[in-house]
Amino acid sequence: MTAYIIRRLWQMVPTMLGVILLVFVLFNWVGGDPAYVLAGKISNQEQIDNIRRQLGVDQPIWVQLWIFIKQVLTGDFGASWSTNEKVSSILATRLGPSLTVLVPLLILDTLFAIGLALAVAYVRGSLTDRLVMIVCTIGLSISVLVYIIVFQYFFAYKLGWFPVQGWGNSFRENLFVFSALPILIGLAVAIAPNLRLYRTFFLDEINQDYVRTARAKGLSENRIMWIHVLRNASIPIITHLMAGLPGLLLGAFLIERFFSIPGIGREVILAVERSDFPVIKALTVYVAFATMASNLLADLMYKAADPRVQLK
Amino acid sequence: MANGTTLGSSARISREIPHSVSPGLWALAWKRLKSDHVGMVSLAIVVAFVAMMIASGLGLIARDWAKETGVNYAPPSFIGADIEGGTPAAPIAPSAPAVEYKTEVVDPLADALAEIKGEKKAAEAGAPAAGDSGKSVDPLADVMADIRKDAKGAAPEVAEARSPTLPLGGDKWGRDVLKKTIKGSETSIFVGLAAAAVATLLGTLFGAAAGYYGKWVDDAFNWFYSVFNSIPYLLLILAVAAVLQQKGTLTIILILGLTGWTGTFRLIRGEYLKHKAREYVQAADAIGASNLRRMFVHIFPNVSHVVLVQLSIYTVGFIKAEVILSFLGFGVPVDVVSWGSMLNEAQNELILGKWWQLAAAGTAMAVLVTAFSLFTDALRDALDPKLKGLAGA
Repeated sequence: MTAYIIRRLWQMVPTMLGVILLVFVLFNWVGGDPAYVLAGKISNQEQIDNIRRQLGVDQPIWVQLWIFIKQVLTGDFGASWSTNEKVSSILATRLGPSLTVLVPLLILDTLFAIGLALAVAYVRGSLTDRLVMIVCTIGLSISVLVYIIVFQYFFAYKLGWFPVQGWGNSFRENLFVFSALPILIGLAVAIAPNLRLYRTFFLDEINQDYVRTARAKGLSENRIMWIHVLRNASIPIITHLMAGLPGLLLGAFLIERFFSIPGIGREVILAVERSDFPVIKALTVYVAFATMASNLLADLMYKAADPRVQLK
Repeated sequence: MANGTTLGSSARISREIPHSVSPGLWALAWKRLKSDHVGMVSLAIVVAFVAMMIASGLGLIARDWAKETGVNYAPPSFIGADIEGGTPAAPIAPSAPAVEYKTEVVDPLADALAEIKGEKKAAEAGAPAAGDSGKSVDPLADVMADIRKDAKGAAPEVAEARSPTLPLGGDKWGRDVLKKTIKGSETSIFVGLAAAAVATLLGTLFGAAAGYYGKWVDDAFNWFYSVFNSIPYLLLILAVAAVLQQKGTLTIILILGLTGWTGTFRLIRGEYLKHKAREYVQAADAIGASNLRRMFVHIFPNVSHVVLVQLSIYTVGFIKAEVILSFLGFGVPVDVVSWGSMLNEAQNELILGKWWQLAAAGTAMAVLVTAFSLFTDALRDALDPKLKGLAGA
């Protein structure tokens, strides 16, 4: 087990280097000279030279790459170009609000989607099943934007059940007052695709021999569905969940933007709008690392979910 | 279809001996697709949208989408009908001129009424009054009056020429929402299709090379794939958007296409791995076919159905992505209308009770995306019957 984890971590090194290289090429070459982006319109040559020296872009390319790698390793990306806040502190302070919205959302979404999918898979082929699938397909096709705009208008602006937007200082207030509507919207958006996906996972299992055997030995339908089928369908579900886990670090771009939640997603959009390269660079690299880590975690969880899985 | 091509001239012969030649993959798939009613209906809708896109692109329809043909926020005709009649049918009518946007507006009709009254007054009093009477209704009225004067020269004429209602309503400047929606579909569908073509092409080329050559080529492409795949898609798009400074339809096609190839790569690579060991490829090798010929003349037709389905899946995804990017302002430039930019305008309009632009853009997109997804499912079932039941059931 330990050997497996060490080998997997070792295999991540080339990919990590690749991500660093990709981000470096993107922001130092494709994006043009960062000094010009930073200096903006009111720049003379002297200022630009000054900035170039500060950023290290007057150095040869391999020195620049080394500077970037050092930044990644030490976590010190310097200060934001637009607000002068340290990038590390931006990431640290924005993570909390993102997680406040996304963790409850992920938990509720998973519980609802699994429960509903099991129910629908149980009555597969019936009118209920078909209706739910039709609703899901149409629900999937409506733009996320429409959900957010309409929900925000209707529930917050028109009915006044929730604050239109904002963020407070206490965790309780944030979770129960300001996050409530964003979580509701997130559920409306996320349940349809997940329900559809999980249903197919359950359908794959529901016709297996072991289900018939379980039924033959007189187990209750509840036990068959919740214990036997769910456990066997858990591997693809875990894969799917783990694939979405790094998204927690990213926050929900659109929801955070609409509701003025000071999370990472909103920060990314702001950074792109302001061409704030250090923030985007830091986020891209770290979220990529987190993705790799959660992939490894997913593989380890397979083993826990299904002892037949051989880690090699 | 396939009979005709193999037997050369006559369909008559193939009718006499129906089983002499087995129909090709595409003919069979088309037959299966035709028997799938949902698939055919959604195909018809998709074709209609694409036809609309082409017609709009050629300038046959919605050419004058930017023309301000209606009054500001002209309501859709079906709810504007009784306003046109002149007698105020809405119960809140007496208070209508006093309606302000600060107070919560319950009935969209009231606004419409207020505006039409404002417009009528404006038409009577001429240009300077247009600004004043508009003020109570629209905070931007002054600015707009100026813009209109600048643009058209004589403001009163314009005010007279405008119609109080439009088929699907009007936007802030009185532009026809129906025409905007058509023009927006041109942008959104074109970006979706073109970006899907770029992504599928890249994914196919990379996947073919990796799967066919194997060894270090495979390793290199797999490394490339894992690098791209470890960065969450939306973040990657935004990072590229941040770097590419100039906005444009081409830029967004490139962004989506260059970042989106990974899914196709994985599938096509797997297919090529499977196919390169088959007998027909060995036979091609034996008759001296070159590597490229084996890859694209011999193997490619056998994996082309995967490519087609991928193209279809991508188009749906990219249409959605384009709408979000344009909404955020990272997509098409401001002078190009897209469903995303319409939704962006609609966001502020909704608070004023003007729901029609949101409804038009949202519905158009939902209909297209629903039809396209259903068509994709049908296409996959038709091309690869083995998969049937896995996704749909």
